[in-house]
Amino acid sequence: MRTALTILRKDLRLELRTLETVPAMALFTLTTFVIFHFALNRAALEGQLAAGVLTATVLFAAMLGVNRLFVAEREQGGFDAFLLAPVDRTALLLAKAAALAIFLVVLEVIALPAFALLLLGPSLGRPLPGMVVVLVLADLGFAVIGTLVSAIAVHTRARDLIGPIVGLPLLIPALIATARAAGPLLAAHGPSAPPGKWLAVLALYDLVFALIAYGVFDFVIEE
Amino acid sequence: MAEAPAIELRELSRHFGERPALENVSVRVPAGATLAVLGRNGAGKSTLLRILATLLRHHSGELRLFGEPLPRRAFAVRARVGLLAHEPLLYRDLSGRENLRYHAELYGVPFERVEELLQTVEMRPRSDDPVRLLSRGMVQRIAICRAVLHRPELLLLDEPKANLDPAAAELVEPLIGRASGCTRVLTSHDPQAALAEADLVLALDEGRTAYVGAPAGLAGERVKEIYA
Repeated sequence: MRTALTILRKDLRLELRTLETVPAMALFTLTTFVIFHFALNRAALEGQLAAGVLTATVLFAAMLGVNRLFVAEREQGGFDAFLLAPVDRTALLLAKAAALAIFLVVLEVIALPAFALLLLGPSLGRPLPGMVVVLVLADLGFAVIGTLVSAIAVHTRARDLIGPIVGLPLLIPALIATARAAGPLLAAHGPSAPPGKWLAVLALYDLVFALIAYGVFDFVIEE
Repeated sequence: MAEAPAIELRELSRHFGERPALENVSVRVPAGATLAVLGRNGAGKSTLLRILATLLRHHSGELRLFGEPLPRRAFAVRARVGLLAHEPLLYRDLSGRENLRYHAELYGVPFERVEELLQTVEMRPRSDDPVRLLSRGMVQRIAICRAVLHRPELLLLDEPKANLDPAAAELVEPLIGRASGCTRVLTSHDPQAALAEADLVLALDEGRTAYVGAPAGLAGERVKEIYA
């Protein structure tokens, strides 16, 4: 855990200094909302449609983060430096997944108000606590799968393509569960708590892929 | 019981696809000795260093570091090995001090050691500058600090004096030179300098052993053949 915190601190410091990932993800998200605003030609969205637009946009923005997750490691020798150290290799999985999850949370802090302003019909105030729970569970799944896929892609020549090609199909169950959990919350007179069934699906998805990632990560990062 | 050699390679081979990078290489390096690895570009020198650093697995043969078989017991020797590679293995947007502190945390080394090393290589005045703003020689000095931060017993040095002027080369001598007391594996494109430092020489030609033995056994003409 200490090693993972060391790597996470380094990654956050690098992002704060270079601002290469989160601003790109935020700009992509805002642009996509504007595109949806005009392309759908609707004054406001609600319910399942709103949830689908929000979830898909965040997922695609997450892929930008996934593609950049190991860039410094690949281009500046961070991988070799880490592999030389006498530390547990899963610390890298933990740190990178935590970094991506933090990037996603920051993105959503920007994206949710923008979504409410540009696209969402009903007020965001009432469903906000439920949305936070749904998005946190979704972020965990996106972060674990994203880190695993990014670690696989970084050793390949077509690394920028591998992320979306491998990552998006793996993330479809998380996308479905997130959109279904968020749909009722974003309806005009919907409940204020998300449906338990879809939260359970998301949580189970996160757990299964976290265990798979933990099991295979050592092999993935070795040359 | 006799002390295990620091490095023991028996019939070690590694290939990349169909192309052999190392073929049946054997050598024993006693603790505290310096092995110079000579050869042209692509002879297999860097591959050998990466295998010794536990970054790459060999495909056949046997490799032991400090008596521990690799790759099975790689975790047991990593803290005893320091690698100075072609690339400095430093983050360009972090300062030299931040990079060294990051590595110190990975190795469980106190930050005082970072300051001591920065002092030794006379980099304290520029230690808070991002690495991308430093000259190549300065980056090499920080990279040397990184390689020796955890006081390794085995130093793997790929062109260690590259980009260093004579004064800087003298500064790093106590850290990576014979005076460090470490077992060293040294590659260099300057064979005379490498031979002068070596107790043993391994010359590679397209991954095969062209010569292994004492430096005295390599006459000038033979060295020229190796680099021909």
